[in-house]
Amino acid sequence: MDQESERHERLTRRALLLGGGQALLLSALVGRMYQLQILESDQYQMLAEENRIDLRLMAPLRGRIVDRFGKELATNRLSYRVSIIPEQTTDVEATMVQLAQLMSLRPSQVSEVLRDAKRSRSFLPVIVSENVSWNDFARVNTQLADLPGVYPDVGPSRFYPAARVGSPVVGYVGPVTEEELKELPKDPTFMLPDFRIGKRGLEAEFEDSLRGTAGARRVEVNALGREIRELTRDGGDPGQDLHLSIDMEAQRFTMERLGEQSAGVVVMNVHSGEVVVLASSPGYDPNEFNFGISSENWKGLLADPRKPLLNKAIQGQFPPASTFKMLVSMAAVEAGLAAPEHRVHCGGHMRFGNRRFHCWKRGGHGSLNMVQAMEQSCDVYFYEMALKLGVDRIADMSKRFGLGQRLGIELDHEAAGLVPTTEWKRRAYNEPWHQGENLSIGIGQGYLLATPLQLAVMTSRIANGGIAVMPSLVARDANAPVPEFGSVGVSQEALAVAQEGMIAVMEGGRGTARGSRIKDWPGGLAGKTGTAQVRRITASQRRAGLLKNEDLPWQERDHSLFVGYGPIEDPAYAVAVIVQHGGGGSKVAAPIASDVMRQVLVKDPCQQVANRPPGLEDVQDA
Amino acid sequence: MPRAAGRAYRQPVLVSKFLGLHWVLVLVICAIASIGFAMLYSASQGEFGGRPLRQMIYFGAGLGLMIAVAMVHIRVWWQMSYVIYAGVLALLIAVEVMGQTGGGATRWLDFGPVRLQPSEIMKLTLVLALARYYHGLTITEVSKLRNLAVPLLLIVLPAALVIRQPDLGTTLLMVAGGVTVMFLAGVPRRVFAVGALGAIAAGVVGYYQLRDYQKKRILTFLDPSTDPLGAGYHIQQSKIALGSGGLSGKGFRQGTQAHLEFLPEGDTDFIATVLAEEFGFIGAVTMLALYTMVIIYGFIIALTARSQFARLLALGVTTTFFLYVFINLAMVMGLIPVVGVPLPLVSYGGSAVMTLMLGMGLLMCVHVHKYVPISRQGHIRQT
Repeated sequence: MDQESERHERLTRRALLLGGGQALLLSALVGRMYQLQILESDQYQMLAEENRIDLRLMAPLRGRIVDRFGKELATNRLSYRVSIIPEQTTDVEATMVQLAQLMSLRPSQVSEVLRDAKRSRSFLPVIVSENVSWNDFARVNTQLADLPGVYPDVGPSRFYPAARVGSPVVGYVGPVTEEELKELPKDPTFMLPDFRIGKRGLEAEFEDSLRGTAGARRVEVNALGREIRELTRDGGDPGQDLHLSIDMEAQRFTMERLGEQSAGVVVMNVHSGEVVVLASSPGYDPNEFNFGISSENWKGLLADPRKPLLNKAIQGQFPPASTFKMLVSMAAVEAGLAAPEHRVHCGGHMRFGNRRFHCWKRGGHGSLNMVQAMEQSCDVYFYEMALKLGVDRIADMSKRFGLGQRLGIELDHEAAGLVPTTEWKRRAYNEPWHQGENLSIGIGQGYLLATPLQLAVMTSRIANGGIAVMPSLVARDANAPVPEFGSVGVSQEALAVAQEGMIAVMEGGRGTARGSRIKDWPGGLAGKTGTAQVRRITASQRRAGLLKNEDLPWQERDHSLFVGYGPIEDPAYAVAVIVQHGGGGSKVAAPIASDVMRQVLVKDPCQQVANRPPGLEDVQDA
Repeated sequence: MPRAAGRAYRQPVLVSKFLGLHWVLVLVICAIASIGFAMLYSASQGEFGGRPLRQMIYFGAGLGLMIAVAMVHIRVWWQMSYVIYAGVLALLIAVEVMGQTGGGATRWLDFGPVRLQPSEIMKLTLVLALARYYHGLTITEVSKLRNLAVPLLLIVLPAALVIRQPDLGTTLLMVAGGVTVMFLAGVPRRVFAVGALGAIAAGVVGYYQLRDYQKKRILTFLDPSTDPLGAGYHIQQSKIALGSGGLSGKGFRQGTQAHLEFLPEGDTDFIATVLAEEFGFIGAVTMLALYTMVIIYGFIIALTARSQFARLLALGVTTTFFLYVFINLAMVMGLIPVVGVPLPLVSYGGSAVMTLMLGMGLLMCVHVHKYVPISRQGHIRQT
């Protein structure tokens, strides 16, 4: 009995001990619960929300780029896309092999998809291909049952309806690269898988206003990040449309007229500076860049000696050649060195030091005044003028008319050209300026370089009576005041000589471009041809007889230039054409300029011409 | 004529036994299970037909089992305890053998429609066997070292089999339950001191025997932030669920953590987080209070029972129940490493429900037969 009660007693004692221990542990649980649920609750509530809510960005719709009449140069088009969601495929690589049999995929595309699939979270879609052809898209759709994780869909993508024709103006967009990501502001929009930014042209220059702001959706997600439901949606703002001063019809005509020739053309309003045509040939199809250009096509573009990627209208720098002679004339008049009536005898060449400087006409022009010298583009006359003036006075006049500087057109990589001075030569070559170098400057050669845009601006300023107009591609707001341009600061007498010279080139009996007149139109064009020599002609070659341009290899042929404006009375448009290695200015550039100007004048996009010429078709019909 | 009186009494005995069940305890158990159904309903995204319904069926069957077990005369349990122990041990060995053919961590035995997890039942069977063993020893005999051999063997045999499955949680529960019974039976304290030292040594050695995932669980438990997307994920997400519940919770079926699958196993081992997230601190403490009531009733039943067997059995079962509650909640709250122990009567799982209701049945059985004396040799003493 003792033993039994002692056993019972010890059990009771120990049971109470055990119970006490359990009570202690249960209290610890309550304490911990209090800590988590009351004391630290705020922190955990925040973490739970962070878990639950995800911000999903929606790419904004990019603004369109339209010409002055609303024709689209760049727009957004729905394109067929194929994406895959890696986590839903049985095997990404096998799926890609299957897809490659159904649709055309380059090996590089396949490897990019595999790389992206590894990088991003597996529930996020990876784009296999955009701009899929309808046939491929349909084929993939019919096989969908065997392709888990493959999603064909339709989404907006950049489209350039004008393709090659618009390329010098709009440029193109492309995917954001790693390097660009480092320089761009911190914005998750750029990380969207199919996001595009402007790479060149207006697309790049107006990136900020075209892009718009990304919308965002707050969505509830599960642990895998899969969307459960949408909580709120902020639509974001689409990008702003960009209205241009360009007239697509004239632009298209110009690009087609240039064909495969390597050339740059600018047509602009001489008063407002609105650029109506900005052409560079051969162009490229910007649509190719949007969806990732194939390396073969890219190499082709780079290897082409005609450099399709170079925007020749603003980047092509050429010697202005004889189109420069108006500036020399005006400099001479302004300096009081020669009156317009001043006559010079051309005997076919000029002797300077122990060298002979030839006129393009071997027999010489005989006695000429300034206007006649421009009409027939006599070189000796301008050797004489340049020698008297010296390079610095010519340079001053050139800069007043827009040469040797960037004109601030709304495009990237605008070239400055080159107008040499004695100071420049000292800095660049650490050499003094030689008197003999003045002679080449007089005929627009030597160190001189100008772009078609600069020549168009120069011509505009001559035509508008010395107003320092600046070029612009963007349409002016109808309500905005017309910009006030300053004066170039040149006397009307000097401007009149330049204008008369240019009129004589077209209208005069010996004018170098008289063949390119718009014959059935009284309005008339003024102009100036130019032929820029590419290679040096040695004395022995000259004795042996000059080869015709057509017999030379392309790279050695002369550049063909023309600048002009019209109508003669009350000028409205100026044009500049440079055809690289095109040959003589009067033979190649002048007819192109004449055709382009007729196209512009017939339509008169700026509504400034009272008496318009009949269209080309009308002439042919007649 | 006491015999005749006993005989005449026989028919009403079952009725009186039934009426003598601890009905308050039954009510508490039903309350806990009902909360469990609601939580399962919530965790199943509001679908009633699947797991919540099946859990109700399991619980209904469990209630029947509990009452049946409680009605069986306690002496029968006393008599059968070694036999039952041997049977369950044989099943464990069968699992071991079949597990080898099945490969991996097989804990189940398939009997057609019934899937049996012998390791679950072993927790109770071990208590039963140890209670019987110590029932037969006087206090002097208990203190003798040689009398430690049998109970230790009783504990080590199933523990060794279960840890090989491998199932660390069940092994710990089993050993803790067994050791508790030994402690209550009066084994001298110095034995436990030596045992504790031995356990620490064994723990150090055993750590190197653990599977990689078990080691990782312990390491991440010590610093969960090192691996927030891997093994630390459970603990971190569980704490977020609990903490974000706040004082009164997000409301029934408004919890985000389990519904959005941030929390794996939201309807089994981690179901407490659903409760705490949706009903907050108030809900969690209420739940804990219900569990505490079960434990308190268990102690009262044990301490008022007349036989040592009954007392040890009731306390062993109650302590096992306590260990379930404590280990599960402490794990969910990040106090101890993640071990697979369900929240009693709430976590989804037929085997766990049946085991717990079997335990509750034994506790009820003690309650019903608390005035029944059993001699050390097993005779019902005539008093």
